[in-house]
Amino acid sequence: MEADMKSKKPGRRQFLKKGAVLAGAAMGAMQSAKGQTGASDLIDGRIEGTKYVTAYGERSRFEQARSQRIHDYEKEPFPAKKLTPLQDSVGIITPSPMHFVADHYVPPDIDPSTHRLMIHGMVDRPLIFTMEDLKRLPSVSRVYFMECLANSSLNRASRKDMDSVQRAHGRTSCSEWTGVPLSVLLQQAGVQSGASWLYSEGSDGGRYSYSLPMAKAMDDVLVAYGQNGEAVRPEQGYPLRLLAPGWEGPFSVKWLRRIKVVNQPQYAKTEVTLHGYLRPDLKGKALWFQFEMPPKSVITRPSGGQKLPGPGSYEITGLAWSGGGVIRRVEVSTDGGRTWQDAALQEPVHSKAHTRFRLGWNWDGEEAVIQSRCTDERGERQPSLEEMSRRVGVGMDYWIKTSVTAFQFNPIQPWRVTREGEIHNAILDSVPGAPASLGGDGSGHTDH
Amino acid sequence: MAQDTPITNIGRPAAPDEVRRWDQSVSGDGSGLPPGKGTVQEGQRLFAQKCAACHGPTAEGGAEKSLVGGQGTLATLKPEKTIGSYWPFAPVIWDYINRAMPRFQEGTLKPDEVYSLTAFVLWRNGIIGENDVMDAQSLPKVRMPNRDGFLPAKPEWPVPKEDPY
Repeated sequence: MEADMKSKKPGRRQFLKKGAVLAGAAMGAMQSAKGQTGASDLIDGRIEGTKYVTAYGERSRFEQARSQRIHDYEKEPFPAKKLTPLQDSVGIITPSPMHFVADHYVPPDIDPSTHRLMIHGMVDRPLIFTMEDLKRLPSVSRVYFMECLANSSLNRASRKDMDSVQRAHGRTSCSEWTGVPLSVLLQQAGVQSGASWLYSEGSDGGRYSYSLPMAKAMDDVLVAYGQNGEAVRPEQGYPLRLLAPGWEGPFSVKWLRRIKVVNQPQYAKTEVTLHGYLRPDLKGKALWFQFEMPPKSVITRPSGGQKLPGPGSYEITGLAWSGGGVIRRVEVSTDGGRTWQDAALQEPVHSKAHTRFRLGWNWDGEEAVIQSRCTDERGERQPSLEEMSRRVGVGMDYWIKTSVTAFQFNPIQPWRVTREGEIHNAILDSVPGAPASLGGDGSGHTDH
Repeated sequence: MAQDTPITNIGRPAAPDEVRRWDQSVSGDGSGLPPGKGTVQEGQRLFAQKCAACHGPTAEGGAEKSLVGGQGTLATLKPEKTIGSYWPFAPVIWDYINRAMPRFQEGTLKPDEVYSLTAFVLWRNGIIGENDVMDAQSLPKVRMPNRDGFLPAKPEWPVPKEDPY
């Protein structure tokens, strides 16, 4: 390793190779000092310096190779879909460049000096705001998760595999968002009596549009221009986006240009057809306008695709969140769900935000199944796959046999640790007829 | 909001003409549909020119999924959600074509062209007749086959406590 560190400006190929070595070494770093044999791995000389201090900082080149967003389709989709590498996450904030992306149309490249937000419809004073106007208004900063309504669905036969937490659950991210409460803007415009909904519209190619109930708009929705201490990223809606905390991602319209106050939903294509849910118990009828994301948790480390180097101590850590508010409790099982222990929650616990949980674990080297389940402030607990299936009257194999993308899908995620220390997605282990490991062949079709 | 200072003089009034230029939303009941009209024949011609590359010459699919057929599949493991089998409101077809089609040339279709393309896909699904003309009066009256296929019929929030299903 010393020689590698000292080599100057490695070629890309060599660089990627080293990245792969480091990815392996990352879990190895968890190994205890005992069992160290042969030559010492200490570096005695000085490590070659870099000149990499740029005007807008970059992460380590070793991290560049190790941790990336990926897409989950056979070929790169357009409009973009990108999954957050949850297995590499620490704390609760998702770095803005790692935030998941689920676009529907061509994203616009907006000059903020020309950007305008119009509020009209059932208001006393139709108004137009510049970005400068918005920044004069009272602002708030809040930590909120954002999750795609289709996150965690098992039907995506086009996925190369679902063995990692990134592929299985990477459509959730958490940021500190800064902006103006939508209620402040609506008060400026003067909402008329009888107004019960609004449509919000983006500046993207297809003028993405979504309806939002007025009660939510007046509650905690933000018109956000800041994300994690800087301007909202272009792929997250620069310079302005809506942020509907705890609700399905599609309500939070990016590149926000227009809000129309109305007395009924628009029933736009995206909200009615694309995101209507043919839930199996409804026998061919579909739900439209579901709102809050349900409580969900997942162990991010150790998780699928990682490897434990040997028996001994590990920290089990992961994320929990709920559209219903604050996460009150996360329990972890290391014996396939027979017994559960309370994990420690990282303080402060924010409402409608990723919540980091942690629990120490001594692995004895035998096969083990580790999993987490969370409970939110309303007492709603994350269900098992069996409970979810029973609730809508299907067998557990339904979720992989159907082309219907499951929305608000939040079953407990078990990871199986083999005696070799390999970790696999075990969610289908108890499903009769399910494939031994999750992995689509790329030939299936999905509806979302 | 812990905001005691009154807010004054932020934002400017939107002129009626500015609202008209930006507000192109059409909702399920047809409100917002502009003047203009379109026919199946003109829609067929436009579809071949602007849409067939992705949706196939007869709207039965290509790079994109089919816009027709799928009746009777919604309760199966592999439902086909098309305009004919799934969409509940005809005016929203107009809204979607107008705002989002054709991809990469969004916003280039004129109202008459959008009416014609809407007429064509409705006709291809057997929902309107070959000689029916679509405009702001006729389009909202088109009864979509799956109009009653959604629950709850009146979306409300906050969500009622008991799960109705």
